[in-house]
Order: sequence, then structure tokens, then C-alpha cells
Amino acid sequence: MNKREGSALTGLKVVWLKELQDYAGNIRMVVLMVLIILTAGASMYVAAQTLRTYVGEDSFMLLNLFTISQNPIPSFLSFISFLVPLTGIALGFDAINSEFQNRTLGRILSQPMYRDVLLFGKALGALSAMAIVLLALWLLVIGCAMFFLGVPPSSEQIARALAFYGITLLSALLWYLVGMGASIIFRQSAVSALMALALWLFFMIFWPMISQLLAYAMGGGDSFRTARLGVVLGRVSPYQLFLESSLAILNPSTRSLGVVLFSQLEGAIMGNALPFGQSMLLIWPHLTAFLASIIMLFTLSYILFQRKEIRM
Amino acid sequence: MGNDTVVRVSHLTKQYRKGVRAVDDISFSLQEGEIFGLLGPNGSGKTTTILMLLGLLESTHGNVDILGFDPFRTPLAVKRQVGYMPDTIGFYEYMSAYENLDYTARFLGLDGEQRNQRIIKALEKMRLSNRMHDKVRTFSHGMKRRLGLAELLVKQPRIAILDEPTQGLDPQSITEFLSLIASLRESEGMTVLLSSHQLEEVQSVCDRVGLFSRGKLISFGTVAQLSQEHFGNNVMIMLQAEGESDLLPLLKRQKSVLSVGREGADRFLITSEQDIRAGLAQAVLQAGCNLSALELRHHSLNEIYQQAFKEAGYEQT
Repeated sequence: MNKREGSALTGLKVVWLKELQDYAGNIRMVVLMVLIILTAGASMYVAAQTLRTYVGEDSFMLLNLFTISQNPIPSFLSFISFLVPLTGIALGFDAINSEFQNRTLGRILSQPMYRDVLLFGKALGALSAMAIVLLALWLLVIGCAMFFLGVPPSSEQIARALAFYGITLLSALLWYLVGMGASIIFRQSAVSALMALALWLFFMIFWPMISQLLAYAMGGGDSFRTARLGVVLGRVSPYQLFLESSLAILNPSTRSLGVVLFSQLEGAIMGNALPFGQSMLLIWPHLTAFLASIIMLFTLSYILFQRKEIRM
Repeated sequence: MGNDTVVRVSHLTKQYRKGVRAVDDISFSLQEGEIFGLLGPNGSGKTTTILMLLGLLESTHGNVDILGFDPFRTPLAVKRQVGYMPDTIGFYEYMSAYENLDYTARFLGLDGEQRNQRIIKALEKMRLSNRMHDKVRTFSHGMKRRLGLAELLVKQPRIAILDEPTQGLDPQSITEFLSLIASLRESEGMTVLLSSHQLEEVQSVCDRVGLFSRGKLISFGTVAQLSQEHFGNNVMIMLQAEGESDLLPLLKRQKSVLSVGREGADRFLITSEQDIRAGLAQAVLQAGCNLSALELRHHSLNEIYQQAFKEAGYEQT
């Protein structure tokens, strides 16, 4: 087997920085960010107003900011779970096919770099852009929390908020890769955008219904088995994975994410917070599933792109 | 033109899954400093060959050697020394000409000052200096082509591969563009491989040409060599004369004449075994006609291509 000549990463920095620069001035990115900041800002404000009355009573005041909602405005977490996949898809749906449409692919790939560097560079650029934006949003939330509530967050709360940031980033990357995969398969940007959005809607709206029906059909009348199957099948959806892991991290009193029997609750002190490490253990399978999905999607994109004909 | 072989292609073949042979067992070589034209109609396998030379497409059989490197096994070494301008050239439309060139120049590992110097010089040479900070979306097709050549100048490769460089250009721009291509060799010392389906237009700049048809290289050499190969040593003479009598039988009777064709009422195309212009002039004047034109005519590349195509046993498409 022949070894690759030179570094496999030759040219990666060039592609990465160019993509990052493109996203910085991209109107698509700006619109999405304004949307996120406005909607998340509204839910934050409402949550902060509600929480003001409980200052001193709750030791996880900052984390509640993410999850509390007041009719008709949903929680910050609900907004993020809806808008982050949209952002990922919006950045990825034309990652590769736009190079075909602009007829730039042949010219760029004739530069001294390996073909896969373009894919790596684009994914890295999008990940960096999303990381910067989400970090800014995260800092904004922490700052607002201190401003509205007048209470500095504890290290435990900061750690949990950071873990939530990490989960959000994983979710954004996963949906970016869905968009990028579609952009490799379909030559037309409109088609790849529609396919990625259809997949997102399927997992967000239809999969919960389908998984319950499947669980019922496969459960064979055993209600415990049906319930467990429902939970397991539901987790095939990245949307469900994100919601469950975020809730477990932002709500320290969450002690289980599966089906719990009454017998298992004997002796448990209900409502007591789990330490951060235990909450991380609780969502470890979710994180593993996220990482596995990301690796699988990237590998699939890699294979498809390597086999793609360069000719316009 | 140097004597060093910089590109050596032997038995190169590309066969797709459905059994279609886009490139069928072609072999040729390029000498340093020459301009070589791969000529043939659309779909004859020129672009596929170019993509294999660049290592952007894997061959089914055969070998390619570019400056001592195999483009598929050592693509970086090849890409560093080979510049490529695709047939459907595109730039990032939202970026300026300068930014587009700067982006690709960064892959070469040049520092900022070196990049800046090369870009400014290249844009000046391509007469795009005054538009360097304009977005590429405001550029005409011809300007984008010149920007493509500017990119080659920034890269300073030893070999430039241009795929259909004159495609979509108006006749005046084609002449201008061909002289720019010729200057790549004259002032930059590059070896140029270009492909085109516009045979007559690129004939003027090519030292040697390879004629492509249905994936096969049916003939290659200088235009004179190809003419001799496919038409032998016969000479073509164009004669124009006005007079009372019909000159056709008279011309046919002349010594060494092989055939006489009529191109107009008073215009004839004579094929003979040798240059008999003096004898023809005398015969025409003796017949009481006025001789208004008498000149040697070379076989055009198009005629050579048609002849080579026929000899190769292909039907006209």
C-alpha cells in the first residue's frame, strides 16, 4: 500500500480559514444568529423575571434560566433545540454542490492539497463558526443571569452550562454533516436543502410517533417492554438525544432517562440533585451515540466525495 | 523548445463501469517549453485525459509521468508544478479578483509579501490591475479567463494545462487570448498543454498537436508532419483567373496535376505532385486569361483531422 506523500493535512488551514471568513460575513449566518438571539433573548428575559421571585431558594438558578418557560413563550432550550439543527443545515446544505455550481472545484482541487482536505476544512470552518456563535450566546446567558438575578453562578452550574454548550455544538455539527452529505449527493442546492430539512422534520415530528407505533407493535402486549422499546427507538432521533441529554445536564434532579419501576425508586430521595459527574454518566450513552453518528456521517460524506467525479 | 521530456503518457486508458472507454490506450509525450494541443470534438476524451494527468481521476490502465512523478501516487508534487485552467472556469463570485488569487496562492505556502507581489504582477500582465478589487461577479467571461491565466502566473508552474481555453470567447478575444497563452511560454518558460475543439484557432500557437477522436489519439505531430502523413507530399495551389474560355480542362491537362476543384466561377484548387505555379501561370496567360491570384495553400488542421478521421475508419459524426 502506498503511503501518502507529504502531510495529509496540507492546505487544511487555508481552507479552514477561508470557510470561517466566509461564514463570518454570510447573510444566512447573520439572519440565523439574529433569530436565535431574539428568540432566546425573549425566553431568557421571561425566565429571569419568573426566577427573580425565587432568588435564594434554588441553588441552580442559572440552569433554570435555560429550561423555564412561561406561556406563550417556550424555554431557551426549546428554541435552541429547534434553531441549532436549522443553523447546521443552513451552513451545510450547499457546502460541496456550490463548488460544482460555481465551477470552482476543479480549480481548487488542482492546488497542492489532497481532495479530502476540502471536506475537512469545510467541516472545521463550520464547526468553528458555530462554536464561536454558541459561545457568544452562552456567555450572553451567563452575563444576563448575573445581571438580572444578581447571583454569581457556582462552579457546578458553570460546568453544567459548559456541558450543555458541548452537547449543543455536537448537535449543530451532526446537522451540519447531514446538510453536507446532502450537498455531496445532490447537485442542486435547493434539492439538498429540502432533503436535509425533510430529514430534520422527520426526526423531530414523525419519528416520535413512528417509534411509539413500532414499540407497540414489537412490545407484544407487555407494557414494560413496550415502554422500554419506545424509549430506545425514540433515541434513534438526534433531536431526542439532544433533548434528553440537555435536560439531564440542566436539571440536576434528573436521576434516570429510561423507564423506572416503582420498586427502583424505593429509598431514593426524590428531588435531590445529582453531582455533575453522575449527570455526565447518565448522558454518556447519549454523547457516545452523538459522536458515533457524527463519525458515521462524516465517513459517509468522505466516501461519497472521494468517489465523486470532479468534472462539472 | 528543450529536449527534456516533461510529460510522458503511455497506454493511458479510462474505462467506466458500463464498459464505456472514455480514453482508449493513448500514448504521447511533451518536450519542455513546447505548446502541445490536444484537439478533437467535444466528448472525445480530452478532459478525461487532462484530469488523469492531474491525478484528479484514476486511470484504468497505463502510466503517466509528470516531471518524474506519478500524479496519482504523488499528487502534491505534481500539483505544485502543474497549473490547471478548467474548461468551465469559475471563481468565488463574492470575492474580488485579488482575494480569489490570494486564496489559491496560500496553498503554495508563500508568505504575504510574496503573494502580494506575484498577484499584482500577474494582474498587471493580464490587464486586470484596475479591476483587482472588484467582485468577480462583475467580470465578463473573457475577464474570468484572463483571471485564470493570472492564477497560473501566480503559481508559476513548469507546466500549464489549459482545457478549452478559448471556449465562449468572441473572435477578437480568442486572438488576444491565444497571444497571452503564447506568452506563457515566451516570458515564463512554461510548457503548455491545451485542449480545444476549435482546431483552426489554436493551430496558430501549437508546436505540435494530437488529434483525438472517441477516446483515441488518432494522430500527432507538427501540422506539417500531419499534413504529410495524411496527404503525402502533394502540393495544393489556389489559382484565380478571368477569361473567355473555361480553364478547367486546361488545368487538368498540366503535368503533375492530380486533381482540380472549382471553388468559384474563376477560382480553382489544384492538387499536384510538386510546385508547378510557374507552369500554371504560363498556361493561363497563353490561353488569354487574366491571372489575378496564384498561391500555395496548406492543408488546414480541419482538413487533416477529417482525413485522419476517415483513415482511422470512423464515420463522420
